[in-house]
Amino acid sequence: MPPVPTSDPTAAAVRSVPRQRPATTPLGPVAWLRANLFNSVWSSAVSILLIYVIVRGAVGFLGWAVVDAVWSVPAGPTGPDTALCRQAGAGACWAVIGEKYRLMLFGRYAYAAQWRPAIVVLLFIGLYGVSAWRRFWRWELALVWLGTMSVCGVLMWGGVLGLVYVPQEEWGGLPITLMLATFGLALAFPLAVVVALGRRSRNMPAVRWLCVLYVELVRGVPFISVLFMASVLFPLFMPAGLNPDKLLRAQVAFILFAGAYLAEVVRGGLQALPRGQYEAADALGLSYWKKTGLIILPQALRLVIPPLVNTFCSFFKDTSLVLIIGIFDLLTSGKVAMADPRWQGFATEIYLVIATIYFVFCFAMSKYSRGLEREFAHAQARAR
Amino acid sequence: MGWSVNSRTPKPVPAESAPEETNRMSQAAALSPQTEPAPAIVLDKVNKWFGALHVLRDVSLTVAERERVVVCGPSGSGKSTMIRCINRLESHQKGRIVVDGTELTDDLRALDTIRREVGMVFQSFNLFPHLTVLENCTLAPIWVRKTPKAEAQEQAMEYLRRVKIPEQANKYPGQLSGGQQQRVAIARALAMKPKIMLFDEPTSALDPEMIKEVLDVMIELAESGMTMVCVTHEMGFARRVADRVVFMDEGEIVECNTPHEMFENPKTDRLKLFLSQILRGH
Amino acid sequence: MRLSWSDPLVRNLVWQVVIVGTAAAIAWYLISNTMRNLESRHIATGFAFLDRVAGIPIGESLLPYNPAVNTYGRALLIGVLNTLRVAVVGIVLATILGTLVGISRLSRNWLLSHLAASYVELMRDIPVLLQLLFWYLLLQNLPGTRQALHVGNLVFLSNRGIKFVLPAWQPGYIWVLAALLAGLVLTLAWNRVAHRRQDATGVKPPVWPVALALLAGVPLTVWVGFGAPFALDYPALRGFNFQGGGSISPEYGALLGGLVFYTAAYIAEIVRAGIQAVPFGQSEAAQALGLHRGMVLRLVTLPQALRVIVPPLTSEFLNLTKNSSLAVAIGYQDIVSLANTTLNQTGQAIEGIAIIMLVYLTISLSISAFMNWYNAHIALAER
Repeated sequence: MPPVPTSDPTAAAVRSVPRQRPATTPLGPVAWLRANLFNSVWSSAVSILLIYVIVRGAVGFLGWAVVDAVWSVPAGPTGPDTALCRQAGAGACWAVIGEKYRLMLFGRYAYAAQWRPAIVVLLFIGLYGVSAWRRFWRWELALVWLGTMSVCGVLMWGGVLGLVYVPQEEWGGLPITLMLATFGLALAFPLAVVVALGRRSRNMPAVRWLCVLYVELVRGVPFISVLFMASVLFPLFMPAGLNPDKLLRAQVAFILFAGAYLAEVVRGGLQALPRGQYEAADALGLSYWKKTGLIILPQALRLVIPPLVNTFCSFFKDTSLVLIIGIFDLLTSGKVAMADPRWQGFATEIYLVIATIYFVFCFAMSKYSRGLEREFAHAQARAR
Repeated sequence: MGWSVNSRTPKPVPAESAPEETNRMSQAAALSPQTEPAPAIVLDKVNKWFGALHVLRDVSLTVAERERVVVCGPSGSGKSTMIRCINRLESHQKGRIVVDGTELTDDLRALDTIRREVGMVFQSFNLFPHLTVLENCTLAPIWVRKTPKAEAQEQAMEYLRRVKIPEQANKYPGQLSGGQQQRVAIARALAMKPKIMLFDEPTSALDPEMIKEVLDVMIELAESGMTMVCVTHEMGFARRVADRVVFMDEGEIVECNTPHEMFENPKTDRLKLFLSQILRGH
Repeated sequence: MRLSWSDPLVRNLVWQVVIVGTAAAIAWYLISNTMRNLESRHIATGFAFLDRVAGIPIGESLLPYNPAVNTYGRALLIGVLNTLRVAVVGIVLATILGTLVGISRLSRNWLLSHLAASYVELMRDIPVLLQLLFWYLLLQNLPGTRQALHVGNLVFLSNRGIKFVLPAWQPGYIWVLAALLAGLVLTLAWNRVAHRRQDATGVKPPVWPVALALLAGVPLTVWVGFGAPFALDYPALRGFNFQGGGSISPEYGALLGGLVFYTAAYIAEIVRAGIQAVPFGQSEAAQALGLHRGMVLRLVTLPQALRVIVPPLTSEFLNLTKNSSLAVAIGYQDIVSLANTTLNQTGQAIEGIAIIMLVYLTISLSISAFMNWYNAHIALAER
């Protein structure tokens, strides 16, 4: 064996070295800037460029949107007088929002009865909030959904309980967007579960092929074409005399479309479930439906809640496409508001407000689903 | 039988030498006044911080050529960090590290030179899953040492034979067991013909029945004269093969001695506590 | 053989018959209703209308088209080409932008990574139709042609579109293009030779300088050989619009811009996830072997990252193609818009919708087939 070098000063040493602070403090704002913004020549150059661009952009935007903005216009002889907004140097004309917000939010719904769609909107938001709360994840939640949807239907239609009847052609705005998305998801979900289960059945090839056909057909074409199909072909499919109204056609299209995408999401969850779960259920002697209902689905559905929320967020945005078949959702109402000749040229403000509404909903959903994913990953890691 | 002894005989002062060689020679001479061969690794009062956390505190260690050092200690003691500083997978903030005569700084070219001569085996194998076992072993020789492909493959097969899995050469890492993968990782590191081998807890991620096959390979490697620094909990391996055992705790080297002295006569309470925890029944 | 309910084979058969039978019954019911309705409304069936004169004016088309002479069939073909025009260019641009943003997300510069993250979040939380309409609004609010924004004589931005200077086609150019093609072939051949040389001797001869010489030098020499013909076609204001030069209509510009920025956000997330999916230990092991940064990226990180990136990436390409159908909302005449007009004019709704679905199904099935092949081809072999 080679000789043990004696130059080792710590041989059998016992004394301890005290803890020290690092020579260059890594804490404090200056250190943070050095580490994150200016850690190399290239990085510093990029930082300086970005700071310049951001500051200029922010200053310009705030100037237009806040400093030079016109918040209200005086009433003129024939209505609001927009001259103030059209002066040179005027910024954003938020007065148009003040004028048009009820049209944007509720469409052509009877003016005096607009408290009803307002309540509907609040009910839907409440429904989402309650569903997001983990404490309420029991099967009774389905009843809550059904109940809320019925109440919303009653409120919108009226005709009972002393409420004035408002025909569907006059509905519009945010309630329509929320209704299309919520009803679409709620009714597409059972369809999606059935299709996902059918697609995984190895013993019934005919059923599997039917499900594959449905899913691939719907996922291969744009949503527009499904909407067209619904609005143009649906009347042809029905026996003569039965003419479903436009909103119902759009809703059915939505359900069919959402069903295919949700089926893929649920299928992902079924595949992610460890095979041991299926085998344990079989070993216990459970029949197919008992196994699926008691063991498989509860676990699989819990696994896919984050992608489910993401899919719901996509559908929420896709409801804007009904603009093309002439249904009054939030975006269409905005476009109608823009078309007023008196308020020509202020489309930007209206688009910004509508974009903000969509953003608020979808950002909340995406943050929620990301938080859920983190929690689940954490729990899975701990469970190993 | 066994490993071909690397031709790393102690360096005499060469008659003709490139300028870097003379530099290294004088550096090495300055470090160890004896006429012994230059030490393979020198850590001189190395300090490292992760943010404000002081993870290496005045660590000084010298590893001679052909010496086998085992580093042990509780988790969080900085032993992995120390070994990763040696091939600069982590960088130290204070102190000096000299590997094979070259000092470790931010100089990239020096770093490339050092990494060529230092092989590392990781706890989680880190084999490249998109390449076959043979390609894993020939990747670095082809692209770093510029070996022609046929020659690189021949040498790789020789090392695979030595780790006793030549038949897996055309399989992918995902098709092998944990023990087999770690042996491939050792062969991959050896294919670069390094002077020093670093092992970062090589058997900690293996199932118990596979630990022996990897340890056998490491023992043969040690007995053939490779300079090794090994972080491990396998005290039987330390007893059999190590020239020195280094015990680290909370970022500093607490005791450093021959295995016999270390295990029979621990001098500090911390080492006594550690030994009682891991040597149940040894 | 006994027929018994407890026999799983019997049960499966019965279930299948019931389910498929119900589906068939529903389909039969719908079809018979449809036939009756079509008859009562005197709507023709069949694709004979494809040979009739269209009479649809088309704003931009790649093929020569005259509404008074050309058929519906030709109009629909132009629609398909218009869709592909947007899809192909959009995919290329979105991939480039998306990759840049995705890499920026992983940058150590705090500003850059958070800016990229905000961009992605913003694009993903606003409906694509709203974004397209907004882009269209911006392009329509450009000043009129008389007051067009311009960069010298080269580029003009107005509410009639973006007009830019284009080099005029010269007769010698066809040879220059041929030379470029030859250069490409030669570069690939040289790459092959260099690889073989590396296998044999270990030293790789330089590839990039030779490639540059072949791809740039050879066409250049051919061009000079022809007398270096070069002429620019400037856009010039005649009357109310510009003539000459290249042009991008506001519709095409808005559709392309909106789709590219929207899809790039999704691609950025895919690229980021792919790069992060490669365990950090891989690059550590490669560095420990002595490979330097560029080699680590090329030989170890990218091959593994691409495996994770390509499947969802092709999905995004498909989404971009499907989203191009929103062109109908801003007046760009792609296949959906033209088929819609056709079915309104001829009344043959079923055939019109069938054409739309056929086009998109073909595109999506080819992309799916490619993806399945790619996945099987590069799947990491496991136990």
